[in-house]
Amino acid sequence: MSGKKVHVTTTLNGEAVEFLCEPRQSLLEVLRDVVQLTGAKEGCNDGNCGACTVNMDGRIVDSCLVLGVEAEGASIGTVEGIASPEGLHPIQQAFLEHAALQCGICTPGFLVASKALLEKEPNPSEDRIRMWLAGNLCRCTGYDKIVRAVIDAAGRMAGATA
Amino acid sequence: MTTTYEPNQVLSNETFKVVGTRPIRHDGADKVTGRAKYGADYTAAGLLHGKTLRSPHAHARIKSIDTSKAEALAGVKAVVTSKDFPPTKDTADFGLGGQPMDRFRGNLLAGDKVLYRGHAIAAVAATSPHIAEEAIGLIEVDYEVLPAVFTAPDGMADDAPILLEDLTTQEFGKDTGRKSNIADHFQHKMGDLDKGFAAADVVIERSFDTKTVHQGYIEPHNVTALWNDDDRIHVYSSTQGSFVVRASVSEALAVPVSKVRATPMEIGGGFGGKINVYGEPVAALLSKKAGNKPVKIVMSRAEVFEGTGPTSGSHTTIKMGATKEGKIVAASANLQLEAGAYPGSPVGAAAMCVFSAYNVDNVVIDGYDVVVNKPKTAAYRAPGAPNAAFAAEQVVDELAQKLNIDPIELRLMNAAKEGVRRADGPIHPRIGCVEVLDAMKAHDHYSSPITPAKKGGKTGRGVAIGFWFNIGFASSCNITVNNDGTINLIEGSTDIGGSRASIAMHAAEVLGITAEEVIPQVVDTDSIGYTAITGGSRTTFATGWAAYEAAQDVKRQVVARAAKIWGVDPDSVEMVEGVIRSKTDTELNMTFKELAGQINATGEPIVGRAAVDPAGAGASFAGQIVDVEVDPETGKTDVLRFTMVQDAGKAIHPSYVEGQMQGAAVQGIGWALNEEYYYSKDGKMDNASFLDYRMPTTLDLPMIDTVIVEVANPGHPYGVRGVGEAPIVSPQAAIANAIQNATGRRMTSLPINSVAIMEASWAAKTS
Repeated sequence: MSGKKVHVTTTLNGEAVEFLCEPRQSLLEVLRDVVQLTGAKEGCNDGNCGACTVNMDGRIVDSCLVLGVEAEGASIGTVEGIASPEGLHPIQQAFLEHAALQCGICTPGFLVASKALLEKEPNPSEDRIRMWLAGNLCRCTGYDKIVRAVIDAAGRMAGATA
Repeated sequence: MTTTYEPNQVLSNETFKVVGTRPIRHDGADKVTGRAKYGADYTAAGLLHGKTLRSPHAHARIKSIDTSKAEALAGVKAVVTSKDFPPTKDTADFGLGGQPMDRFRGNLLAGDKVLYRGHAIAAVAATSPHIAEEAIGLIEVDYEVLPAVFTAPDGMADDAPILLEDLTTQEFGKDTGRKSNIADHFQHKMGDLDKGFAAADVVIERSFDTKTVHQGYIEPHNVTALWNDDDRIHVYSSTQGSFVVRASVSEALAVPVSKVRATPMEIGGGFGGKINVYGEPVAALLSKKAGNKPVKIVMSRAEVFEGTGPTSGSHTTIKMGATKEGKIVAASANLQLEAGAYPGSPVGAAAMCVFSAYNVDNVVIDGYDVVVNKPKTAAYRAPGAPNAAFAAEQVVDELAQKLNIDPIELRLMNAAKEGVRRADGPIHPRIGCVEVLDAMKAHDHYSSPITPAKKGGKTGRGVAIGFWFNIGFASSCNITVNNDGTINLIEGSTDIGGSRASIAMHAAEVLGITAEEVIPQVVDTDSIGYTAITGGSRTTFATGWAAYEAAQDVKRQVVARAAKIWGVDPDSVEMVEGVIRSKTDTELNMTFKELAGQINATGEPIVGRAAVDPAGAGASFAGQIVDVEVDPETGKTDVLRFTMVQDAGKAIHPSYVEGQMQGAAVQGIGWALNEEYYYSKDGKMDNASFLDYRMPTTLDLPMIDTVIVEVANPGHPYGVRGVGEAPIVSPQAAIANAIQNATGRRMTSLPINSVAIMEASWAAKTS
């Protein structure tokens, strides 16, 4: 049942945001249909493809498995918040230069997940990257160029902070 | 020849200024910032949401449908069933060959029978997707459940339940009048098969089975349709062919083609599966019935699995014979492919490919197209060829073992080359089969020891090679010159994997500008000339060619304009690498950019156009070297090392060619080791989710090494051969060969999962 809409106050890509949502709407639905941020994608709606990955209070989550009302008081980061006024983030630039996307539908999820990894662990091994990204499905690339892009982005970010 | 190991090699023998470089794709910024608009991202004021009611039965007669309760639900604006389709022509061609319209409509919304679980029956448009879903649950359908059949051999049996009462078997091009599930039986024949086998010292005959598998694109099918108040229909969808959408909506709804505008949104993968049309005509019907409101339908993942075309399961028998010196003298194939609920399996393509990597004089190939109670199959990358190669390449491997000849050497001894006739008729033009095998033999991987086991299992190496013919077909391209020396390029090929870049690079090379100075756009069917599907590995080849020709048109006009400015004869002016110059007066020269700045002041705008329908697509070959580890305790197979070698003719953008090769390798690995539609006895797919239909993840894989071989296609200005399909043809066979090498057991059914390995192991112990 739809129920009465709920008022939610949250932080979205660093900005204070308020929205009304039905109790049954997922965070993914809210982001896409209510807030009109369509960068997070729906590939499966049951937490198995990672195309809807967003950062929630420093953890990556499948936004299809989170209710919109759970965003109350949280800080949400989506693909739309990765680039800055200075330009693309090193992870975005590395994805482009390594041709780490083909159709691009999984790319927002991979970028959000990869950025979260590199913020926690600045110099991950290939095995660690593969483990971290195992919740994100890509059907086009075979992952090779994605893994190489994340390794390269780690180097760029280390260079930028050195 | 390779002396040092590099993970990605390009063996070029001809270089260009732009072609062969690796610029950043033009749609890159949009796709890494979340701004790119895919079909499901489209929205409109007053948007309604559609949902589809699907059959819970694999085969049933529909006795009645009662939609009254759904219509009465608050928020529901329209309900449609097959009865809402207008009368149409008997057959229509959407650009992929003619098909009976009753079957096309029957797959969109079932008529008197449902033919597979997941078959669409009715659709609802409501003010929210949740209300539409509630309404679907209120539609009452009375079914008479019928016996069903799920594999080609079962479907061919004399006592099999019949799916389509009007289907009679075509045999050798003639209608037999016989009612059955065999839609077609054809044969290709060359030489004298009996004589060939009589000359053989070694003969191998085996049968192989493959299961239904899905393309597995991450983006579900979607459409938004508006039947406008002026009776024009505008369709926005993620499709591999906007002109297929236009034609199919026009034919299914009996409206003139000029009344339909199809806008191709960004597409989240297709692999052939988004050529077929599902929701577009249905959403348009709902839009009209709801009072000309836009209606959006986005499939769920389960609907994608159960309601859209996977590729065929198959049963194949291969027999091949060779002399003791290693000459393959005879080959026969019996290919039985599931079409799904309506005729049209890719058995024709399977037959074109099965032995086409080899020079064999005596061949017979029988093909059967068989309808079964599964979703109507759709294309999946080189459709049909992997089913055939899984069988044939294992038999070639076994021949090599029996003859004690290196498996690449045996393939080289028998490799197809220019002038060799294929059993289905065509004579190979210049092809790169030998060059691909040579590159495999020379690769560091092949000369290195088998990769050591990581978990203490048995290791093995396998190789295989695959052929795909590629297609040409029509494409259009327009170019306008901007006065800052850049060009706007518009074309009609949906960009699934970076084709905007490879198409733009064709034009940049002609005009001597950079890839970044081209601004490419994929536009709707009102805005560009007819362009065939993004499929058949044709896009870079054919639409790239259209861009090349449109740029040549620009070049001619640029030369004429310079001559006009200089007041000289146009024949005395030429344009070389972006510089326009007089052939006789060295003082007269200017760059393309300088001329572009003078266009507005010196005459009419410069607009180039081209429409092409090129022959000579140029077949591609791809080969694999695979090292695996098989855990004898669990039966799990891990891929330890994978090298993909392919003839690309000319790699326009090598990164995206490598991407095609790597992606195909991994789809092949999934197909080989894990993926299948897991059916219950009554035809329910028990694993219709990404949890249970488990595609490879990062964790399941090594890096995928690539070698691009370039044997120029004489049928293209830069030598391009399509690359999207050949690399998925034989990874499954290469992996099976590696598993055989590791375990000593020949695995003849896909997928070769833990269960299959353990059952084979236990069977060997008990026998």
